[in-house]
Amino acid sequence: MAPTFQELQAQAEQRWQALTAGDRPWIRVGTALCGQAAGADAVVQALQESLERHNAAAQISQVGCLGLCFAEPLVDVQLPGQPRVFYANVTPEQAEEIIASHIVQGIPLAGSALGCLGSDDGGGDSSDNGETGDLPDLNRHPMRAREQRIALRNAGNIDPLDIYQYAANGGYRALHQALTGMTGAEVLEQVNISGLRGRGGAAFATGTKWRFLAGSQAPVKYILCNCEEGDPGAFNDKGILESDPHTVVEGILLAGYATGANYGYIFIRSGHDGPIDRTRAAVAQAYDLGLLGRNILGSDFSFDLEVALTGDSYVSGEETALMEAIEGSRAMPRYRPPFPAQVGVFGQPTNINNVKTLAYVPEIVARGGAWFAGIGHERSTGTAILCLSGALNYTGMVELPMGINLQDVLYEIAGGVPGGKELKFIQTGGPLGGVLGADATDLVLDFEVFRNAGAILGSGGIIAADEDTCAVDLTRVLIAFCQYESCGKCFPCRMGMSHLLEVLERISRLEGGPEDLALMRNIGENMQAGSLCGHGQLGFNPVSSALRFFAGEFEAHITERRCPTGSCQTPWFSPRLSRR
Amino acid sequence: MDGLKERIRKAVHNQPQPTVTILSSLLAVEDELGYIPPEAVDEVAGFNRATINDVWAVVSFYPNFRTTPPGQHRVEVCWGPSCHLVGAMPVIAAVLEAVGLPAEGDTPDGRLSLRYNTCLGACAQAPVMSIDHHLIGRITPEQARNRLADYGAGPATE
Repeated sequence: MAPTFQELQAQAEQRWQALTAGDRPWIRVGTALCGQAAGADAVVQALQESLERHNAAAQISQVGCLGLCFAEPLVDVQLPGQPRVFYANVTPEQAEEIIASHIVQGIPLAGSALGCLGSDDGGGDSSDNGETGDLPDLNRHPMRAREQRIALRNAGNIDPLDIYQYAANGGYRALHQALTGMTGAEVLEQVNISGLRGRGGAAFATGTKWRFLAGSQAPVKYILCNCEEGDPGAFNDKGILESDPHTVVEGILLAGYATGANYGYIFIRSGHDGPIDRTRAAVAQAYDLGLLGRNILGSDFSFDLEVALTGDSYVSGEETALMEAIEGSRAMPRYRPPFPAQVGVFGQPTNINNVKTLAYVPEIVARGGAWFAGIGHERSTGTAILCLSGALNYTGMVELPMGINLQDVLYEIAGGVPGGKELKFIQTGGPLGGVLGADATDLVLDFEVFRNAGAILGSGGIIAADEDTCAVDLTRVLIAFCQYESCGKCFPCRMGMSHLLEVLERISRLEGGPEDLALMRNIGENMQAGSLCGHGQLGFNPVSSALRFFAGEFEAHITERRCPTGSCQTPWFSPRLSRR
Repeated sequence: MDGLKERIRKAVHNQPQPTVTILSSLLAVEDELGYIPPEAVDEVAGFNRATINDVWAVVSFYPNFRTTPPGQHRVEVCWGPSCHLVGAMPVIAAVLEAVGLPAEGDTPDGRLSLRYNTCLGACAQAPVMSIDHHLIGRITPEQARNRLADYGAGPATE
């Protein structure tokens, strides 16, 4: 017998109380992909062994990503009723010291702590956070100071494998609210009012998209959640699923309720074990507690959800290619029309949203669309979830209100470029988004502002390059990526990418000719005109944007036969792939 | 050979998720065996009421599928733009030298299989490589050599 929502909440609150103010300390370790890559597994093991050696008791939980990826492995220690203390870049040896001092003696290691957070939450409000001795408030760290966490509200704070921790932090409240007091049309109206736009790249109005599906009278309709996320430099979709999969499950349920759909898929690239395992566990728990399946929370709303995997294919993130992959075929885009809202996966009406888009929905429904619409900048409401990587001091994942200046993001929030070097350019919105020169970064976070500047805010990836980076070299790698990932369906893209890569390799080898720039433009125009999906249509962006900002550098390679940064003289290669 | 067929049959027939397709069946076989032998193509085709051609079309499209048995340990190195900007090329050069291969592929002794990857998903920790799905971030050429030595990669032969 599934619990009622009140029973679920009561159970959740009791468990949360025991964790944060019970009889033993709570240790949280970030083990998302970023944490694992930094060695978090060895730290968890060292913590466990050290506890046993000291015969001490503590609850160790593996959590997702707090966003401070540069500080991973990040260990968060909370003594009952006390503030959380965060230790950055912890080694297995330091794990032993943390147990010996903080857990056994109750004395935080002030010298090696990054900061602390108020006793029971990690939210953006810093006013209620006490200081633990001389430890700085973690919410004053440049990466957190200007954050407003909506989709990431639980990331790094809760155990993603424990549905009760999600429920204790307001989880499934919006679903309960919708099922007991709102019609599907009223849920849709709140999403409409919120101004929410798709965070997968195209920034299409979510409410409008949902209305297309809601308007279909077909008996079987689908909601698809896209976590293909093959963009180099973007990891926020995986980050959300690894950190807080239930917020996505709840968002999908609300989308189904609003549009009259009863079946959903969460689509993830195979091989990313962390996000896959955690999402599958969340779906199973939701079924166990009657939050998925028949008559959810005792209502007459039923919804089934499963995780579908794709093989390695960047283009399978394109919405119609994604449907092909769910159906088990080669991930190649379909012709449109018919559009997915009429004929989608398995021939049925379908709505596709990105992970981030759906992760906002529970809070929008719980707090009202007007609340969300009040955050942000003009037509770009809400927040941007950015992934900061490359030549920046603080790399990681931040959620900032739209409207913040990109220069503040780069120089203040991300801490600028390491080693006192100059920023040369940034690459945003995935490989197809192209590059922006450092002198063109005086922009605010806003879909239209970015588009007018010739860039794409897209899914929020920002890769920074310093003065030592060669513009030709990076353009070649971006095109190599696009060549490798072309699905091969449209020949202007399939052959155009290979041809562009040949020309760029020639220029990198300092063997390019004066006609090569015009040749590339010609190829690019054909790709744009003759390709079915964005991969080919936008595939020339890396070259055209690099030429816009760094024409002189291409000239130096071609006419002076030299690479100003010297990058092209060091060994390089570009892998190639034909998807036969 | 029967052992192989039985493992394939189990992997294909015991998929836990409700929606079973050619792609999901192939991923299940890959999880079990690490590659897609011809016997698996037959089994997947029969199970999904598809032709062998339909199945090969999917196998050949996704580069994560291989058709020969992998080495004991699987090494992947990322060459995507994020990793490239912070030193993927020297790491790849060191890895190739350590395993004694001119490009991605399998070592003759069957110990290691090396693959290039476009994104391992931890860009904030670039450059990234992985050994048997275990990610290693902010890796230097020196560290890459040392890690691979633990897995039996010898110095490059003259």
